[in-house]
Amino acid sequence: MSGDGHLLPIASNADVVAVRRQVRALAVDVGLSLVDQTKVVTAASELARNALVYAGGGRASIEIVENGVRKGLRLSFIDEGPGIPDLALALTDGWTTGSGLGLGLGGSRRLVDEFDLISAPGKGTTVTVTKWAR
Amino acid sequence: MERVPILKLGDILIISIQVDLEDQSVLALQEDLADKVVSTGARGVIIDITAVEIVDSFIGRMLATIAATSRMLDAETVVVGMRPAVAITLVELGLSLGGVRTALNLEKGVALLDHTRSAPR
Amino acid sequence: MTAHADATRRRVHDLLRAEEERILQRWTDLAKTSAEELRDLYRALRLALGDERDDLADVRGLLAELSRERARQGHTPSDTARVVFCLKEAVHEAVASDGSAEALKGFIWFSRLIDDLGLYTFEVYATAREKIILDQAEQLLELSTPVVKLWEGIVAVPLIGTLDSARTQVVMEKLLQTLVETGAEHAVIDITGVPAVDTQVAQHLLKTVVAARLMGAECVISGIRPQIAHTIVTLGIEFGDIITKASLADALAYALSRSGAEISTPRRTRIAVRTEEV
Repeated sequence: MSGDGHLLPIASNADVVAVRRQVRALAVDVGLSLVDQTKVVTAASELARNALVYAGGGRASIEIVENGVRKGLRLSFIDEGPGIPDLALALTDGWTTGSGLGLGLGGSRRLVDEFDLISAPGKGTTVTVTKWAR
Repeated sequence: MERVPILKLGDILIISIQVDLEDQSVLALQEDLADKVVSTGARGVIIDITAVEIVDSFIGRMLATIAATSRMLDAETVVVGMRPAVAITLVELGLSLGGVRTALNLEKGVALLDHTRSAPR
Repeated sequence: MTAHADATRRRVHDLLRAEEERILQRWTDLAKTSAEELRDLYRALRLALGDERDDLADVRGLLAELSRERARQGHTPSDTARVVFCLKEAVHEAVASDGSAEALKGFIWFSRLIDDLGLYTFEVYATAREKIILDQAEQLLELSTPVVKLWEGIVAVPLIGTLDSARTQVVMEKLLQTLVETGAEHAVIDITGVPAVDTQVAQHLLKTVVAARLMGAECVISGIRPQIAHTIVTLGIEFGDIITKASLADALAYALSRSGAEISTPRRTRIAVRTEEV
């Protein structure tokens, strides 16, 4: 099920750029269309920045996954920050505790095929998203 | 940190974003641009994003903020050269860039500014 | 492989060699096909079984060929698998007349092998089919989305047939790409030839219009049939400030006027269109 994994730290703005770059490179390898590449890189950017802004940092894991004939890209963003108390609320567009637009989580979910959010107050947050090649 | 150069052409300021920007550079650009609008008395700002591969909510917000700030300083902003994939992604993300005018390319952006200024305000 | 198992296999192999003509004849009868088709396969199988390395690559190659050939002739994949399975019965008769315990044990192993090979023909068939379907779907997407130039600065996509999500997405991308390449600031999406629209497709159309706007172009949707208009309203899809026109002609006239052209119809006899520099 899993291919080669890449683990990247998210500790600074420069790291967010590095995550974007790595995701783009792997998205090309997997054979995502240009639009799908753009979508998954944008989602990665949103989620990496979320980890940086709301949890002070974390890490991103990027792996190539296969499901029969389809290939895809699975990204996980893991932080040990304050966690999210109300998941449903956090996914609502326009809701934010920071200074952002509040589109990060809900918006990212619309950009990918699978979206999985695990979080509890004080336990940190893990967001895993998957984008399949068409 | 990279600083984005701001070019002046007549009373129009042109910014062409060529690299994947860090958030810090984006914030610096916002400040630099506001200063430049005032110091040059520019009436129009064109942001060329032809080379930009992704616009996330942070960059999207920058574009909206620049447009709003410039308008307050009496300069009209036009974003030009957005790629189709970027536009589709922005729509999916739920970002409408409200209040930002757009044109297909630099030439059309300049024409749009000329047109706006020749019209009675 | 134990010496014992080895012995049972060798026994089956010996039978296959000694009784070749009889088994082949019987197989051909049971499978109701020509001996020519099966002879090569039988030989390859016999050679593979006699070989220590258990290399079935040649057998699989021949089977794949057989499976494809038969599929072309219109046989079902079950037919093809049945042909392979018939070999079991033919060999079983030879094993029964041999009567030795070793041959019977060996037959169980042989039978499992044939099962695998039978299933393999099925797999080949399914893979070949899947590829054909994928290719056709792709060709269909290519075919069905022409973007045409109506006038300087005005392009149109006449959509015909049922729209699904994938196709709408392709149209959307192609249209937007055309806007960049041609610098056209006006686009018309004509859905006169579309029999029905569901929520997802309507959303895609909406998103296209919004995306075009983000890029600096204006999009008009034309040719909305009464029942589609009804559906869209019933589904509660908000078209907002998106411009819709009844016909492609209306949409063109609208786009022309927006791009600064003037349309005059003196005495309704001829139409002159003049483009003004903006």
